[in-house]
Amino acid sequence: MAVSVDDAVSAGPVRDHTPPARRFGGRGRAVLEVALLTVLAVVMLFPVLWMVETSIKENRDVYAIPAKFFDFKVTVDHFKDVFVSSSGGRSGLSVSFLNSVVVAGVSTVLATVLGVPAAWAYSRFALKAKKDQLFFILSTRFMPPVVVVIPIFLMYRQVGLIDTQLGLILIYTAFNVPFTIWMMKGFVDEVPAEYEDAAMLDGYTRLQAFWKFTLPLLVPGIAATAVFALIFSWNEFVFAIFLTSSDDVRTAPPAIAGLIGGTTVDWGLVAASSVVFAVPVLVFAYLVRRHLVAGVTLGAVRR
Amino acid sequence: MGTVSVHGLCKSFGEVQALDGVTLDVPDGAFFVVLGPSGAGKTTTLRAIAGLEKLDAGSVHLDERDATGDTPAARDLAMVFQSYALYPRHTAYENIASPLRARRCSSSEVAAAVEQVSSLLHIERLLQRRPAQLSGGEMQRVALARALVRRPRAFLMDEPLTNLDLKLRVEMRTELTRIHRSLGGTFVYVTNDQVEALSMADQVAVLKEGKVQQVGTPTEVYERPANQWVAGFVGSPRISLLACHVEGDRLVGAEGWTLPRPRWTTVEDGRPLLLGVRAEDLSVEQRGNASLSGELYGLEPLGDRTVVDVRVGTKILKVKARPTVTGTPGERLLVTVDLDRAHLFDADTGLALSEAGR
Repeated sequence: MAVSVDDAVSAGPVRDHTPPARRFGGRGRAVLEVALLTVLAVVMLFPVLWMVETSIKENRDVYAIPAKFFDFKVTVDHFKDVFVSSSGGRSGLSVSFLNSVVVAGVSTVLATVLGVPAAWAYSRFALKAKKDQLFFILSTRFMPPVVVVIPIFLMYRQVGLIDTQLGLILIYTAFNVPFTIWMMKGFVDEVPAEYEDAAMLDGYTRLQAFWKFTLPLLVPGIAATAVFALIFSWNEFVFAIFLTSSDDVRTAPPAIAGLIGGTTVDWGLVAASSVVFAVPVLVFAYLVRRHLVAGVTLGAVRR
Repeated sequence: MGTVSVHGLCKSFGEVQALDGVTLDVPDGAFFVVLGPSGAGKTTTLRAIAGLEKLDAGSVHLDERDATGDTPAARDLAMVFQSYALYPRHTAYENIASPLRARRCSSSEVAAAVEQVSSLLHIERLLQRRPAQLSGGEMQRVALARALVRRPRAFLMDEPLTNLDLKLRVEMRTELTRIHRSLGGTFVYVTNDQVEALSMADQVAVLKEGKVQQVGTPTEVYERPANQWVAGFVGSPRISLLACHVEGDRLVGAEGWTLPRPRWTTVEDGRPLLLGVRAEDLSVEQRGNASLSGELYGLEPLGDRTVVDVRVGTKILKVKARPTVTGTPGERLLVTVDLDRAHLFDADTGLALSEAGR
């Protein structure tokens, strides 16, 4: 899976592999650049490094003053605590990680299944007020979750979706479908419609033509789009904390946030669960690294 | 195998009226060429026949049966696209086999048909390659093979030779004519290249701005253009057009020249006309039956012939001459006109005057 996605992505519509031209030459400038980038990298990466360090420090070293950067004992106890409860069974955190996998996975699949054919239709067919429709679809993402969470909470309470996985899956799908349509439309636009014309003259129906000839060419784009949707659902915090309350349903972001508070904070456990939480996103982001910038701008912005 | 007839096709894309009442009848087994400049609606016409374009008005009949609402698949046609539209992930073999696979032929039937068509087009050694590994000419042959692998009602070809280099294009012209002769079958062939139209067609339909200007054999279209525009579009070098009118027995040009009135015309005096003469019906070497005087404007040696530009008043006449012809610009020349082969057009409507008297 990992390799194939990456290979597939590289075959996608990203054509410009040339490095950006360096406008000013000179060794001094190069040194300055490296220095500046190093400073930025340290500033950006220090919290990550600190999180990773804390997750493998013994509790004694976690709370040591002055803080220990290098000279500490390595332990994996915190990681064990993430998955196994003190009484020996499955920990609450491991349940919330599983919930995150289910919610993010199902909502991504749904968004892809709904969004890809819609994107194809918007790309291929002449529709009345197509631009307005597309704008409307995009506009559903204009408002930040925090703004809409109260009305959604009230509606969910009416229909009994509060504190259910289905409720989260639906709201994440609703947020990911517009994104999928916009990003996939860019990819579909890149595939000549004539393949489908030719297939229809060969004797296939329009849907068969899409399924057999266009869809295989879209796989790289679908992979990239799905990863973006997955990352959104995986990271989502606001809806999760407002719409779920019980430990059985809760996803990882609110569960990890819930570790902080109370009289003492087990920073080692917080750090370890954060590391576990970050790993899938890092992996997927690595797989679609080429599309993280190019995919969004090319797929969604270019008409 | 099949007749194709379209009636009153209308199609607009936003503000642009691509088809404006196109009516065509393609007889069974014809090599029917739709000729026109870019934007004339040729491709739209073809796509309408194929069922790929939703029409604003008009009907498509295939084999005398109304097929206007049919899906492309149901129409039983094959098409060669200008871009070839070969499936990029499939080998040439699978591309060619696709129309048979769609119709659920057994793999032995598929293999036999693909083998036959690839030997017809000499592409046996390309079958395992993907489109990206083929040259333009090879892709063109594979696209052609995908169309020819079946015996559909008609073959539709959308400028299939346009993307080839000149040498290949000339070769494929002959090849396509050969294939049409050996397979039979109805071909509807769209092109903007008048040489293709004149050399390959049984019948030519000339299209301009979504309207049919003239339908006829290549000879008819060339020898008896229906209007001034067809006369100017078909033929190279371009036909020379001179404003004039009839006075009794004479044809008087706006540039002050006088020629005898062509015997075949009975047009009334004073009506504004355009005299159209093709380069081969003009001569600077004393042939023909009437003369115009002008001055040498330029020479265009083309190897087998030289085109002499002669200025008469403000107009430039294109005159076909032997390759040995020489002269210096500004030199006075006498251009003889073969009035029996000249054309007269109404200057207002552009329509050709009746040439019934000829």
